[in-house]
Amino acid sequence: MLGDLGAASLTAGLVSAVLAVLLWLRVALLGAASRPARLASAGALLAAAAACGLLEAALLAHDFSVRFVAENGGRHVPVYYTITSLWSAMDGSLLLWLLILCGFGALLARRRAPDRLRAYAMVVVSVVTTLFFALSAFAADPFQAVHPVPLDGPGPNPLLQQHPAMGVHPPLLYAGYLGMVVPFALALAAPLAGRAGRDWVRVARPWALAAWATLTAGVAVGAWWSYAVLGWGGYWAWDPVENASLLPWLTATAFLHTSLDGGRSRERWNTTLACGSFLLVLLGTFLTRSGAVASVHAFTESPLGPLLLGFVLLAVLAATVLTGRNRPAAPGAGRAPLLSRRTAVLVNAVLLVTVAAVVLIGTVLPLLTEPLTGARSSVGPGYYQRTAVPLAVVLLLLAGVTPALWVRDRATALRRLALPGIVGLATVAAIGLLSRPGPAVLTAFGAAAFVLTGLLTEVTARRRRPGRAWAAALAHAGLALVAVGVAGSAAYGQADERTVRVGETLRVADVSVRLVSVHRSLDEGRMVVRATTELSGNGTTRTATPALRYDPARDTAVTVPAISSGPRRDTYLTLIAVAEDGGSATLRLAVNPLVGLIWLGGALITVGGLTALAVTARSRRPRRSEPADRREPAGVPA
Amino acid sequence: MIRRPGRLALVAVFVAAGGLLVTSALNDTLTYYRTPGEVAADPTVARDRVRLAGEVVPGSLSRDGEVTVFRLADGGQEVTVRQRGMPPDTFREGEEAVVEGRLGTDGVFHADHVVLRHGNEYGPSAAARPEPTDAW
Repeated sequence: MLGDLGAASLTAGLVSAVLAVLLWLRVALLGAASRPARLASAGALLAAAAACGLLEAALLAHDFSVRFVAENGGRHVPVYYTITSLWSAMDGSLLLWLLILCGFGALLARRRAPDRLRAYAMVVVSVVTTLFFALSAFAADPFQAVHPVPLDGPGPNPLLQQHPAMGVHPPLLYAGYLGMVVPFALALAAPLAGRAGRDWVRVARPWALAAWATLTAGVAVGAWWSYAVLGWGGYWAWDPVENASLLPWLTATAFLHTSLDGGRSRERWNTTLACGSFLLVLLGTFLTRSGAVASVHAFTESPLGPLLLGFVLLAVLAATVLTGRNRPAAPGAGRAPLLSRRTAVLVNAVLLVTVAAVVLIGTVLPLLTEPLTGARSSVGPGYYQRTAVPLAVVLLLLAGVTPALWVRDRATALRRLALPGIVGLATVAAIGLLSRPGPAVLTAFGAAAFVLTGLLTEVTARRRRPGRAWAAALAHAGLALVAVGVAGSAAYGQADERTVRVGETLRVADVSVRLVSVHRSLDEGRMVVRATTELSGNGTTRTATPALRYDPARDTAVTVPAISSGPRRDTYLTLIAVAEDGGSATLRLAVNPLVGLIWLGGALITVGGLTALAVTARSRRPRRSEPADRREPAGVPA
Repeated sequence: MIRRPGRLALVAVFVAAGGLLVTSALNDTLTYYRTPGEVAADPTVARDRVRLAGEVVPGSLSRDGEVTVFRLADGGQEVTVRQRGMPPDTFREGEEAVVEGRLGTDGVFHADHVVLRHGNEYGPSAAARPEPTDAW
C-alpha cells in the first residue's frame, strides 16, 4: 500500500518536473504568467516530500514489503537510526536528494514576478530535477514490492547506526551540494536572459554563500564523525568520496571571492567557478554512486553509473555551449595594481582551482589507469601531502595579506603587515627551536600566526563595511585554526598498538592504559566485546571502555573507540582484537594534540559564511541607500 | 593586469609547473592493485609497492610472534603474506582482503597494512584502518 503510493508520488514528481521545465520555458521565452510554472515546481516539491514521507512511514512501520525497508530496515534498530536509514543506502538517499533539490527550486521560484534571469534559471533547475526524478523512478525505485514479505530486515550498515552525526552529516552535505545548483543555473541563464542576465552574480552570491556555509558544516561534521567512529583516529584520508566533497567546496570558495564586487569584474571566472562547482557535485555523485572508485564510503555498484556519467557530460556540454561565447568585458574590468584586492582575488582563485585540479587528478586517475594499463590503481595520501598541502599553506598565507588590501598606499599596507609578519616569523622560530617538525608543519604554524594576528589588527581598525569584514575575519580565522589543528595533530600525534595481557600497561607519551578485563555480552542481537581499562594521564585516572561490536545480520564488526577530548589534546583508545580466552587484547592508544581546533575552525568558517549571508541579505533590502561605491559609473564613456 | 602574450606565457609556465608537481608527486604514491594470479605469473609487478587483493584462504591464518601470516588467493593462485602486527578482528578467513606492501625476493609478500575489505554496503568499511601516519 505504502509502496504503491510511493511509486505514484515518484511518477507525479517526474510529471511535475517535466511540466515545470515547459512552463518555465514559456515564462522565460514569452513572458507568460509565472503562476502555473510556480505551481508545477511546488508540485514537484510536494511529490518529493511525499515520497520521503512515505518511505519514512514504511521504515517506521516496518513494512518489509517495500524493497528499501526489507534491505535497510530492521525491528531491532532504534527509532532515531530508523529515521536516518532513509539516507543509509542509495535509493532512499536519492529521495532526500530530490527533496532538497526541489526545495531549492521552490525557493528560487518564490517570486511572484520573476525576471527572465530567474525564469531561465528555473528551466535549468527543473531539467536537473527531471533527470533525478527519472533516475529515482526508473533506475533506483526504493518502493518496489518484495515477495515474499520478509519478517525482519538487517537494519542499516552498523557503522551508520553508531553515531548521532548520521542524522546531521548527510542532510547538510546534500544541502550544500544542491545549493550549488542555483549559481550554476543562474550562470547558464545569464547569457540567455539579456539585460536581466547582467546582474546574475549579485543574485547568485547569497545562494552560493548559503550552499557553501552548509557544505562547510557538512564536511566538518563528516570529519568529526569519521574521527569518532572509524577507530583509527583519522578525520581525513584523501579518500575519493571525501575528495568529492572537497572539490566543490574549493571552487565555491573561489567563487565567493571572485564575486565579492558583485560581478563588476572577472565575469569569466565567475561563470566558470559557478558552473564548475555544480559540475563537480555531479561528478562527485557519479564517483560515489556508480561504484567506479574503490572507496571506504562508496555506495554499492549500481546501474546508475552510466546514467550519472551521462548527466555529468550533458551538464558539461550545456555549460560550455551556453557560457562559452565571448561576452563583452564588464565596464569595471581593467588593470589592477599589483598589491590590490583584485589581484589578491585572482591569485586566490588560481590557487584554489589549482588545488582542486590536483585533487581531481588524484581522485580520477585510478579510473583511467585501468583501461590504459590494465591494472587498477590507487593514489596514496602521500600524493596529496606533496601537492595539495603546500598549496593550501600558500593560500593561508594569502589570507593573511587581506588586511593590507584595504588601504590605498603601499607604505601603509606594508606597515600593516609588519606586526603579523613578525609574529608569524617568531612563531616559526620558537616552534622550530622547541621541536623539529617538517617544513610544511612549521610553515602552517607560522602562516596561522600571521593570519590570526593580521585579523586582530583588522577587526580593531574602523572600516566602512564592518559586517563583511567580520564575516571574512571569522572564516579566515577558522581556516587558520584548522591549519593549526591539522599540523599539530599530524606533527605531534603519537600512537602505539600492542597486544597486552590483563593487568599489563600500554604507554604513549605521558598517558598509560592498563587492561583490567575483557568481557563479551549479547546486546539486541549483536555481540559486543568490551575492554575495561584504566586510563592515566595528567595526574588523573579514569575508566575507559572501548568496544568491538559484531552484527551477525550484516556480518560486519565495528570498533567503538573511547575518546576523551580536552582543550589541548584528545586521548583515543581503540580495541582492535581480543584473544579467544579473553586473557589479552590488542589495543591502540593515540594521543592527538590540538585536534579539537579542527572542529572549532570548521564551525568558525561556517559562522563566517552565515554572517556574510546575513550581511548580504541586510544590505540588499534598502536598495536606495546603497553606499556610493557600489554604484556603477553609469553612462561614463569607456 | 598583464598584457595578453605575457599572460599566456604566465599561464603556460604555471601549467607546466603544476604538471611537474603532479607527476613527481605521483611517482611513488600511485600504487597498483594486483591479484595473486598476476603476481604468480610475473613477480616483478609486485617488486614496487602494490596493493594485493584476494580472498584470505580459510585455515591459512597463523601467528608468528608479532607477525601474522596468511595466504591470499584469487583464480586458483595463492600468495603468502606476512604482516607485522595483528589484523583487526574485522579481518577474517574466507573474506576478501586488500593488503599493501611489496613482494620480497623469497616470494613472500611483506605487507605493512590491511587496506580495506571489499565492502558491498554503503558506509565506511570497518576494516579500513590505514596507517595513522597516512591519515590527516
